[in-house]
Amino acid sequence: MGTIVTKILYALLTLFIVTNYGLILSGVVHKIGARVGRRHGIRFYQPYIDLIKNYTFRTRITHGIMYYIGPVFRLTGGIGLLLFLPVIYGSPVFDNFSFAGDLTFVLYFQFFGVLGMALGAGESGHPYSALGVSRGLAQTTAMELPLTLGVLALAVQYHTLNIHDIVAAQQGSILHWTLFTNPLAAIAMMLSFLAMMGRSPFDVVLAPQEIPIGPPTEYHSALLGVLQLNRAIFPAAKLILFMNLLFGGATNWGELIIKTFFIYMWSVFVGIAYPRFRVDQSVRWYLGIPLLIGVAAILVVKYF
Amino acid sequence: MGKEYIEKRTVISPEGNPIEVDPLKDYFCDAAPKSCKSASGIIEKFANWARSESLWVLGFGTGCGAIEMRPLMTPRFDAYRFGIQWRPTPRQASVFVISGYLSVKTLKRVVRSYEQMQNPKFVVALGSCTINGGMYWDSYNTINRLDHYMPVDVYIAGCMPRPEALLAGFDKLKHIIREGRGEGANKYAENFDWYKGNQKKIIKDWDMPDYNW
Repeated sequence: MGTIVTKILYALLTLFIVTNYGLILSGVVHKIGARVGRRHGIRFYQPYIDLIKNYTFRTRITHGIMYYIGPVFRLTGGIGLLLFLPVIYGSPVFDNFSFAGDLTFVLYFQFFGVLGMALGAGESGHPYSALGVSRGLAQTTAMELPLTLGVLALAVQYHTLNIHDIVAAQQGSILHWTLFTNPLAAIAMMLSFLAMMGRSPFDVVLAPQEIPIGPPTEYHSALLGVLQLNRAIFPAAKLILFMNLLFGGATNWGELIIKTFFIYMWSVFVGIAYPRFRVDQSVRWYLGIPLLIGVAAILVVKYF
Repeated sequence: MGKEYIEKRTVISPEGNPIEVDPLKDYFCDAAPKSCKSASGIIEKFANWARSESLWVLGFGTGCGAIEMRPLMTPRFDAYRFGIQWRPTPRQASVFVISGYLSVKTLKRVVRSYEQMQNPKFVVALGSCTINGGMYWDSYNTINRLDHYMPVDVYIAGCMPRPEALLAGFDKLKHIIREGRGEGANKYAENFDWYKGNQKKIIKDWDMPDYNW
């Protein structure tokens, strides 16, 4: 009994740290984007103020129960993903609830929030929400193919579905990282990562200039606050996932921050350099080269 | 009234069942807005600080003044520095910038957008046209004084005011919010009948409910 309580408290501590890291990271990344566009950009702590502002709105409007549950699902997707990742390898405090089959679980869980949003946004009755959701789901499904193939290649390579074991297998030297031991899987997954982070070539779903803002069109006040909170936690959790799978995990917070920051920069730089894809273009793109690389990764792991 | 698309009607579903459709009741909320009490003391002060530092502008270019909003956000003036950001939907915005003259046709859309914003909400009126009609003061098709139709927090005079003037106006708005005087939404709710009366005097083809989310 005592152990599980301690574990939950430790998990809450992890959540707190990662939330703050995610909020600051999103501010910093906005600033980097602005600097490329020769602006000063928002203050790095602006996401905090926006969050407080949204929670202090005095009125909110409801469209039904599912409308309320949508953002909760979304947040559950973010927090759930984080709670099943070993955040700091080898630390009893930040190991979270990592268990034997968590790799499959994580793959499923990162889709969870999108589906919740689909139901919630659908109930708002706004046509733009429904359009945004269908675009988002189409793109996510295409993006998941290379990702899943890459992850399966890792499972075959390491003979395990446990993220903890995968991290353990990469310890010792930089050359033990999956990035070097299985470059094809790493490439396929890093290409999927671009769409996962929802940045430029693949940000048509949430881009304000397109179908206004997509699924959250009707979300406002505290409901939007919940979504914003998730937009801080979810990317941070995904960064930690990729760091664990491909870049050898982290044994302390300093290592985690450096590694995740540079992993994020991959999608930021691509986003700044390349213009936006339409959804049909991004789906076709994912079903092309990234998918082939994913298939090749499986074949190479199995037969070579 | 008297338009087909807002009249009550019966539609036959694909299964052959009749369905009653009443667009004004089905698609809109027609409950009047209520005045909201503010939190007390330090909590409200903190909330007001957050509201003033995070001004989300509804991206709705209503008149020719909208042309000055672009340089405001792009590298030369970069209003993002001051916590001013665009939002594409009225639901998420807290500041409505009325950029210039308002034709009767636009006023209708402006009223609907304004009512969809959540309390607290602020209005910045830009250009002489919103103060007294400006160069359109005797036009048959534009309104003269904006604050007859919705509560305005800040007027920025000029034809057109340059982005510097806009930044000064936003700064003024921040002071107003921090002092707790940005209660336009409550003012609108308390004097709802007066505002609605004024709007109806101008908008002849009133084909929406009196209050719509």
